Amino acid sequence: MTQQPKETPDGNPEAYREWLATRPSHTFPKSVLAEIYRAADDGLYEIRGFGAKRRITTFDDLLFLGASMSRYPLEGYRERCDTNVVIGTRFAKKPIELKIPITFAGMSFGALGTHAKEALGRAATELGTTTTTGDGGMTDEERRSSKTLVYQVLPSRYGLNPDDLRRCDAIEVVVGQGAKPGGGGMLLGQKINARVAKMRTLPEGIDQRSACRHPDWTGPDDLEIKINELREITDWEKPIYIKIGATRVKYDVQLAVKSGADAIVLDGMQGGTAATQDVFIEHVGIPTLPAVRIAVEALQEMDMHRKVQLIVSGGIRSGADVAKALALGADVCSIGTAALIALGCNKPMYLEDYHKLGTEPGSCHHCHTGRCPVGVTTQIPEYEQRLSADQGARWLRNYVTTMLLELQTIARACGKNHVHNLEPEDMVALTVEAAAMAGVPLAGTSWIPGRG
Amino acid sequence: MNEVDLATTKVHELNAALHGVTATAGERSWNVLNPRGHHSIAAGLNAPLSVLVKGHVGYYCGGMNKEADVTITGNAGPGVGENIMSGLIRVKGNASQYAGASGHGGTLVIEGDAASRCGISMKGVDIVVGGNVGHMSAFMAQAGNLIVCGDAGHHLGDSIYEAHLFVRGSIDSLGADCIEKELRSEHIDVLERLLQIAGIKAQAKDFRRYGSARKLYNFHIDHAHSY
Repeated sequence: MTQQPKETPDGNPEAYREWLATRPSHTFPKSVLAEIYRAADDGLYEIRGFGAKRRITTFDDLLFLGASMSRYPLEGYRERCDTNVVIGTRFAKKPIELKIPITFAGMSFGALGTHAKEALGRAATELGTTTTTGDGGMTDEERRSSKTLVYQVLPSRYGLNPDDLRRCDAIEVVVGQGAKPGGGGMLLGQKINARVAKMRTLPEGIDQRSACRHPDWTGPDDLEIKINELREITDWEKPIYIKIGATRVKYDVQLAVKSGADAIVLDGMQGGTAATQDVFIEHVGIPTLPAVRIAVEALQEMDMHRKVQLIVSGGIRSGADVAKALALGADVCSIGTAALIALGCNKPMYLEDYHKLGTEPGSCHHCHTGRCPVGVTTQIPEYEQRLSADQGARWLRNYVTTMLLELQTIARACGKNHVHNLEPEDMVALTVEAAAMAGVPLAGTSWIPGRG
Repeated sequence: MNEVDLATTKVHELNAALHGVTATAGERSWNVLNPRGHHSIAAGLNAPLSVLVKGHVGYYCGGMNKEADVTITGNAGPGVGENIMSGLIRVKGNASQYAGASGHGGTLVIEGDAASRCGISMKGVDIVVGGNVGHMSAFMAQAGNLIVCGDAGHHLGDSIYEAHLFVRGSIDSLGADCIEKELRSEHIDVLERLLQIAGIKAQAKDFRRYGSARKLYNFHIDHAHSY
C-alpha cells in the first residue's frame, strides 16, 4: 500500500487537507446541487425567461467560402445586392413585401412594456419590415406604430378580435414555439396588472397559463378548415403563416403546407420566451441549425420551396447567422431576444436592480418577474421609463441595419446579387456535428456525415 | 330579402356579399339554401344582418360574428359561433364539439344537444343549450354564462376562471377547481333573461350554479395533484 504524502509540495498541510477534501462530482456539480436545494425550498420547477443556455451546435460552426479564382465577388457598397422578400404569394390577394429579410418575432404586450412594443413597431416601419403581436392581443399603439403588422392567433385566444384580423397585414397561427414546443405561454401573477388582465379577460394577479392547444381544432385536417375560415373572415386578402417549434420538422412543415399556409415560421430551441419552465427551454425541441435544413428539404420534396416562404427564428444574432440560414434555404430570419438585447436587455446599468433580482448583467433571465432593470420586459412605470421608444427605435434601427450590411458583405463576397442566391454549396462546417446537421462538408474534406 | 343557393354559389362569394353589407347600406335579410355541410358559412359578419341558413352546416358557421343574427335550421359542425363577439347565433338542431369556443360576447343558442367542449375558453359569450352538453364543457372558461337545460358530461368547468355555469340536469363530474356555488337572485335574473332570449321554457330556480373555487389561480406545490 502506497503511503499517502503528508503534505503538499509547498509544505502546507492545511491546504493539502483542503485539497484532499475537494473532489467535486461530475454528476452533481455546484449548479446541480443549487437547483436541487432550490427545488426543495420552493417546491416548484424554475420558471424563467430568455432562451436555452446550454451549449448546442449553432451557425457559429459554419463558414462561408468567399469568391476567389473559381468565382468572382461583387464590389462591396457599389454593386447591387438585393434583400427584398415577398411573403404570401401562394393564396393571399395582398402579399406583403419586406425590404429586408429580417423581421421582429411575436412578443406579447404584457411580456413587454408599451415602450418596447412601440420601439419595435417604429423600427420595423423605418426598416421596411414587420413586427408581430403576441399572446394578449393587439394594442392601438402597436397598430399605429407599425406600418406592416403580423397578428398572431394563439391557443389562448386572449383578445382575439375580428376587427384586429381585418386591420392587420398578415396572420400568424401559432401552433408552437421553439422555447416550449408542446407547451402554452405563461405570464405570472406579478405581471398581470389591470390593463393586461382586461386584455386577457382574466382576474388581476393570477398565474396565467395559456392553453397549449387551440380550442377549436385538432390536427392538420382541422387546421386546414380553420385557415380557410380565417381567409373567409378576411376575404382572402392576408398572408397566413403557421408558426411551429422545431421538433419533428419534416412532417410538421409538410403538414403546414398541406394545411394551406402561405408561410411557415420555424422557431428553433434557442428561441426565447418571457416565462417558461427551465426544463422545457433546455430539454425540448431541436436547435435552429438542423431545423432549417430539414425544413428546406421538406419543402423541396413537395416542390414548395420559395412558394411557401420559410421564416426562421431562434438564436439569430448577427448578419452572419442570417446569411447562413438563408444559404441553407430560409427566406427570412426573425429576431426576438436579439432585438430585446439591442433595447438594453442584460446591459450593465442599474446594477442595484439586477442585484435585487439576485442576478448580474449578462446572466439575467428574470423577464417573468416583470422587474426588468432596463425597462424592456416590464409594466412597472419606474422601470419602464428607463427605455424611451425614441431611443429604442434608434437602437433597433442601428442594430438591424448593421446585420443587413453584414449579410450583404457575405453575399457579395460569395458573388451573389440577391441574398437569396446564397446556397449550401457556399459553406463548409467546422465540426462533424455541424456538418451532419447542416448537410455541408466538414472543412477541408468532401465528407458530409450521414451521406456516404 | 336576398336568397343565395350554395348549390350554385361558392361560400366565399356568399361571405364576400355578406361582408359588403354595412350598418347603413345593403340588404339586411338573407336566406341561404343548400348549405350541405359547407364550412365557414356566414363567418366574419360585421353588421346587423339577419341570415337564415336552411339546412346543416360544417365547421365554424358564424365564426367571429359581430352584430348579426344567424339561424341554422339544421345541425352545426364543430366550432359554431367560435370567438363570437356580439349578435346572436341560433342552432335549431344539435351542435358538434367546441360550440362557442373562446366567444367574447353575444349569444349562442343551441336548441338541441351540444357535444364535448361546448364553451371552451369562453370569454364573455352567453351560451344556452336546450339539451345536454358533452365532456369538458366550459374548459378554461374565463367569463360569460353557460346554461345547460339538460345534463352535462364529465369534467364540467375544468380549470375554470370567472365564467358562470348553470345546469338543470345531472353532471357526470366536475373538473379541476370547479365547485357548486349558491344560486342567488342576481343569477336567477341572468337565467330568466337568457332563457327568454333563447325561447326555452324552463324555471330558473331548477338550475344549480357552478364556478371556480379559485384554488389554482396561483401555483402552489401542494395543489400539484389537482392539475
